[in-house]
Amino acid sequence: MSTISAPPLPTMAAAPDGARRANATGALLRHSTFLTARAVRTLLRQPAYLAITLVQPVIWLLLFGQLFRNVVRIPGFTAASGSYLEFITPGVIVMTALFSSGWAGTVYIEDMDRGVMDRLLASPVRRGAMIVGTLAYQSLTTTVQTLIVFGIAYASGARFDGGAVGVLVTVLAACLISVVIASFSNAIALLVRQQEALIGISQFIVLPLQFLSSSIMDTRVSPAWVRHVARYNPVDWATTAARSALSGHAEWGAILPRLGFLLALAVAMGRLATRAFRSYQRSL
Amino acid sequence: MSPNPAAALVAAELTKTYPAGRGGPPVRALDGLSVSVAAGTIVALLGRNGAGKSTTVKILTTLARADSGTAEVAGIDVSRDPDGVRHAIGLVSQKSSSDPMATGRENLVLAGRIQGLSRSAARGRAAELLARLDLADAAGRLAKTYSGGMARKLDVAIGLVHRPRVLFLDEPTTGLDPEARAAMWAEIGRLSADEQTAILLTTHYLEEADRLADRVAIVDAGRVVVEGTPDELKSELRGDTVQVELVAGAAHAVAVLERVPGLGEVSADGTRLRARAESGAQAVPGVLAALDESGIAVASVTVARPSLDDVYVRHVGREFAEEAAA
Repeated sequence: MSTISAPPLPTMAAAPDGARRANATGALLRHSTFLTARAVRTLLRQPAYLAITLVQPVIWLLLFGQLFRNVVRIPGFTAASGSYLEFITPGVIVMTALFSSGWAGTVYIEDMDRGVMDRLLASPVRRGAMIVGTLAYQSLTTTVQTLIVFGIAYASGARFDGGAVGVLVTVLAACLISVVIASFSNAIALLVRQQEALIGISQFIVLPLQFLSSSIMDTRVSPAWVRHVARYNPVDWATTAARSALSGHAEWGAILPRLGFLLALAVAMGRLATRAFRSYQRSL
Repeated sequence: MSPNPAAALVAAELTKTYPAGRGGPPVRALDGLSVSVAAGTIVALLGRNGAGKSTTVKILTTLARADSGTAEVAGIDVSRDPDGVRHAIGLVSQKSSSDPMATGRENLVLAGRIQGLSRSAARGRAAELLARLDLADAAGRLAKTYSGGMARKLDVAIGLVHRPRVLFLDEPTTGLDPEARAAMWAEIGRLSADEQTAILLTTHYLEEADRLADRVAIVDAGRVVVEGTPDELKSELRGDTVQVELVAGAAHAVAVLERVPGLGEVSADGTRLRARAESGAQAVPGVLAALDESGIAVASVTVARPSLDDVYVRHVGREFAEEAAA
């Protein structure tokens, strides 16, 4: 085992500039894959944490589903196809994505505290890959959680006329909101560099976003100001798009612009996280 | 400064000022620091906390940018081509920097892959380093289960995975128990010989610099105050150190010793007096007699060959151990 002698390594530092630049995109992809794999592996090795991330949406779904079962009888509540369970399923999906991605930045802070961040920054790893890695991981987690919530909802009797397309749009909307919030969380992590501050700020943002949306309550029966605020709330965009796609009569004119807004916001937040990275490096 | 072709690392006149923290003045971390490391040798930056050692490492490893000055690592300018430098260096930072939720082997393979090794090359190199650093039995265990000494060895292995031209060891043995420290020293000594890697080591342990480094640069207040091989530095101090521990501090003790023939460079630090003598053994009777005559009670007297500590005192004007402990 100790006699393995690796072949001489190419000296990459000596590669011509052009070749290196051409490799940059490939490197971004490869490095993103390595870092995503690292995050997934870490998650799989923490069974308790894994269980909590999976159990949480189930609790939301069943708890809220029972607690507010009768709100559908309020005059004006959508309840197009029926049960409150069907109404809140997309709400709980988006909520789950929101809460778990709010924590995304804690990984950066752990890495900073442990010196992993400095080691990575002193290595040729692409900075973009450090961001893409966490976002890909969040999207993966969100996809799995979304499918589990669908499974539980189905088992509890919810039926969605929107079918596979509805499920697909829901996964997409959940992933987009998850990327938006995770980028925001990453940016805050890079700026405040302190676990408690990050969690405080993230809760402060996430909870109002959650409740000023239609995730658990139809805004048509909410006070007018909530309805107005919700129109500008990305959590509401995601929830409304998913809910419409899941109903038997998807309004694409409402779904597509909302997904578009989410995408634009995701790009903007990604930029913000990249800038926060630069500010972190300048502070070293 | 003419660049030395054999130098793996040349830094000249680096300066770095950190902006003021709450209400405090800006901190001048580096104030014209210059250092170079020849290929295949170990250079130690020795200094107390806050002297500028870690800032130097941050600049040379592309983590931070100098306000002025130039630095080339493996012949590559750190500010013009940081990515090129990152391929040529390994960094073992102050804190253990392995991923606790990955095994030793996984940590190494990931580091190798990021450096551009193929999967099989990374695996081969990981196995080789794990065996070399005596971690083969722990290769499949999560890094969080490693002892302090093992984790440090894993950090070094991670730094070496791509056979860097220059390896930075930022306080590699801080926080290790004496046994693990001795093991680490043996390891670092072997590495520089086997891997043909230039090593820049920062430390606040005099003994570490003395044992490991081919050359030592003493850093204080952001600059190198003196630089040379440990022997050169020590031999510039002729004679022995005589150290007298008094029962109680005495203001006139320095004046008393200065009158003793053959004794020079007398300094006092609380109840401790230090002086240099051509021959320590011959000076001791005179020292004791003079102190006795002046009614100053002596607790102990020691005579020692010059150490790096003496070199430090001479150039920085303060005693090292107390500075480091402060």
